[in-house]
Amino acid sequence: MPMNSPEKNGVGKEEAFRPKIVAFCCNWCSYAGADLAGTSRLSYPAEVKIIRVPCSCRVNPTFILRAFGRGADGVILCGCHPGDCHYTTGNYYTRRRMTLLFSMLDYLGIERERTRVEWVSAAEGAKFAETMRDFVATVTALGKNRRLEDLRCRN
Amino acid sequence: MQKIGVFVCHCGTNIAGTVDVAAVAEALGKLPGVAVAADYPYMCSESGQKMIRDAIREKELGGVVICSCSPRMHEATFRKAAAAEGLNPYLVEIANIREQDSWIHRDRAEATEKAIVLGKAAIEKVKRNAPLTAGESPVVKRALVIGGGIAGIQTALDIAEAGFPVDIVEKEPTIGGKMAQLDKTFPTLDCAACILTPKMVECAQNEKIRIFSYSEVSKVSGFVGNFRVTIRRKARYVDETKCTGCGECTEKCPQKKVPNSFNLGLDNRRAIYIPFAQAVPKVATIDADWCNMLKNGKCGVCAKVCGAGAIDYKQKDTFIEEEYGAIVAATGFRPISLSRYEEYAYGLSRDVVTSLELERLMNAAGPTGGTLLRPSDGKHPHTVVFVQCVGSRCEDGKGKSYCSKICCMYTAKHAMLIREKYPDTEVYVFTIDVRTPGKNFDEFYRRAVEEYGVHYIKGMVGKVLPEPDGSLTVRASDLIANEQLKLSADLVVLAAAVEPDPSARPLATLLTASMDTNDFFTEAHPKLRPVESPTAGVFLSGACQGPKDIPETVAQAGAAAAKVIGLLAKDKLVGNPCVAHSDEMLCNGCSSCEKVCPYGAIHYEEKEFRGPNRTVLKRRVAAVNAAVCQGCGACTVACPSGAMDLHGFSNSQIMAEVDAICR
Repeated sequence: MPMNSPEKNGVGKEEAFRPKIVAFCCNWCSYAGADLAGTSRLSYPAEVKIIRVPCSCRVNPTFILRAFGRGADGVILCGCHPGDCHYTTGNYYTRRRMTLLFSMLDYLGIERERTRVEWVSAAEGAKFAETMRDFVATVTALGKNRRLEDLRCRN
Repeated sequence: MQKIGVFVCHCGTNIAGTVDVAAVAEALGKLPGVAVAADYPYMCSESGQKMIRDAIREKELGGVVICSCSPRMHEATFRKAAAAEGLNPYLVEIANIREQDSWIHRDRAEATEKAIVLGKAAIEKVKRNAPLTAGESPVVKRALVIGGGIAGIQTALDIAEAGFPVDIVEKEPTIGGKMAQLDKTFPTLDCAACILTPKMVECAQNEKIRIFSYSEVSKVSGFVGNFRVTIRRKARYVDETKCTGCGECTEKCPQKKVPNSFNLGLDNRRAIYIPFAQAVPKVATIDADWCNMLKNGKCGVCAKVCGAGAIDYKQKDTFIEEEYGAIVAATGFRPISLSRYEEYAYGLSRDVVTSLELERLMNAAGPTGGTLLRPSDGKHPHTVVFVQCVGSRCEDGKGKSYCSKICCMYTAKHAMLIREKYPDTEVYVFTIDVRTPGKNFDEFYRRAVEEYGVHYIKGMVGKVLPEPDGSLTVRASDLIANEQLKLSADLVVLAAAVEPDPSARPLATLLTASMDTNDFFTEAHPKLRPVESPTAGVFLSGACQGPKDIPETVAQAGAAAAKVIGLLAKDKLVGNPCVAHSDEMLCNGCSSCEKVCPYGAIHYEEKEFRGPNRTVLKRRVAAVNAAVCQGCGACTVACPSGAMDLHGFSNSQIMAEVDAICR
């Protein structure tokens, strides 16, 4: 059984690494998609904590930097599919802003995989859960965010 | 310091089953600023709400956090409870510990820990909430129904019945939709035209209803209560006000080889046509793709024979702009294209038809005058094979994953009608399952089997082969007898899956209404708000929301109308106070916010400010029109100086949530 695998019961006393993940979800599509995942009892790791925003374009790149500064290990931003934005054009702004931010993070030496933009509609509960499972697995494999964490904020 | 009350809901065992609610209340109760923390089996119940109200009054709370189900469920309930006690409703925050916690996690310790973190984030957010007052906007007391099938017709009639004016926009030259093409309807075998056409006439005669046929919606702006819609009236080259619908032109037009779209191409019509005898409005339309006069200027017969002088070859598309308080999408469905189903020989043999084509072949007003004849040679078929689930419940990527819902019943109807009219004809139906939920549906199917002797075979058809003698060889499996069958048939009828009308997708974009992966409109809540779109003021009627039969469509159309009437009956709508606002002391008038605003809600004002040494400075600063702003927040990110912020989702609130989660 995997529960008794040597990895789990290994000699290391350190607790298994559990990443801190912040997920920004737009109110109209992705937050509803997350609710649908819940209603359908589709499980994903508890490391994911969702912050509701009206539209993905409400997410200021500084919020993402703030999250990393405060010790988040991964930040994912979910919005409506392009063309389906409740506010018509919001997710297009998101797409452009995040492309810039991610390339800046890349320049700073932060792994690309720690940040992600995903389009999840209100009907895609399964996609939401799948995306979160995958994202948590990716960030867990990367390990702790050490480069961007502001140690003065740690407590 | 502001006093916060925290209330943790058990939701029966929905939350308490996985989350240690008492531990959550205890942990959150220790946080600074929290004056009271309690848990209760059902916070949304009368007594749960009383508990919150009592606490607000007795502890003089300045903010409330409810750890419960999604804010999409009960945010309004709890806000109302707070408002009843004099606390501003926008000082209530919800921590979603059901849909986003207890329902998705199994480990009790993990789920409890997450609930505490989500509760903390909500507490940090509520501390930074500002009391907000919603503005009001007037309601335009007129509704727009897009689509003139049975769904749109019923919705329009019901709204007009309540005394509100309604406009129907229909892309075809007549209203009636798919139901007008049907022969009989299950499970009572009423004639479709006999029950539909009186409703069409009622629409035309009702003074509250305007019909824009041969028209499309080309632009939508505004918001609930105040939509501004541009309707394109396509040129039909006939003056609607003059045409009497006598039909003289449709008999004299020399262009006779136009495939008749109303009969699905089973016969031909003229270039100027009236789709069917009971069309509403009964006005001729020129098919510009086929008209010789429009194509090369040589003809003009219809203008010569028209006694009313209604023909106008120079007519152009016109655009009208109208204001509406509510919009109903009723765009309906169509059968899928069968071009990818070569195995059934559709397109190879004219005797392989879809069920909708069979409706026309059996309709008294159809190409054969109601006698069932093979399209290829006009002979009477002696063996008819029905193939069910062509493209429905199909996971191979060619078809649709869903059940089209209506096929089992209409096939039973077809089989029954054929056996009744032509007892010498053998009818075989190949099915995966027969699904008959609905009032009198199973009885209807049993009648087809028991009284009419229709052969139902559980199994799928693998191949249909056209033979040189004109017959069709059907190879199929019989799953019950576990054998392969080979049948010689004269006519094969394919129950093609239904899909949303292709006009629905661009319309959804115009309305900013969301769609599912199959392009059906999504409802605001699958159980509790089935006829509303998540976009306020947009309602759903009929098969554009999912496959539906006629009784269900009519029921849903009435429900959508009731929702529209409820909206139009209001004189004023309370707006959303979570809108953007600008700090004029920080604004430098750069126009970044104005450029990203999709609603044009931001304008600039020249304002005087006090400068140094008693001087007066004039500066250009942004101002937000709260009635127009929808609160997306695009401007808050575009603003380089941080002057723009969003009520309810302010920068400091979101950052406080981030901090609480990461800590």
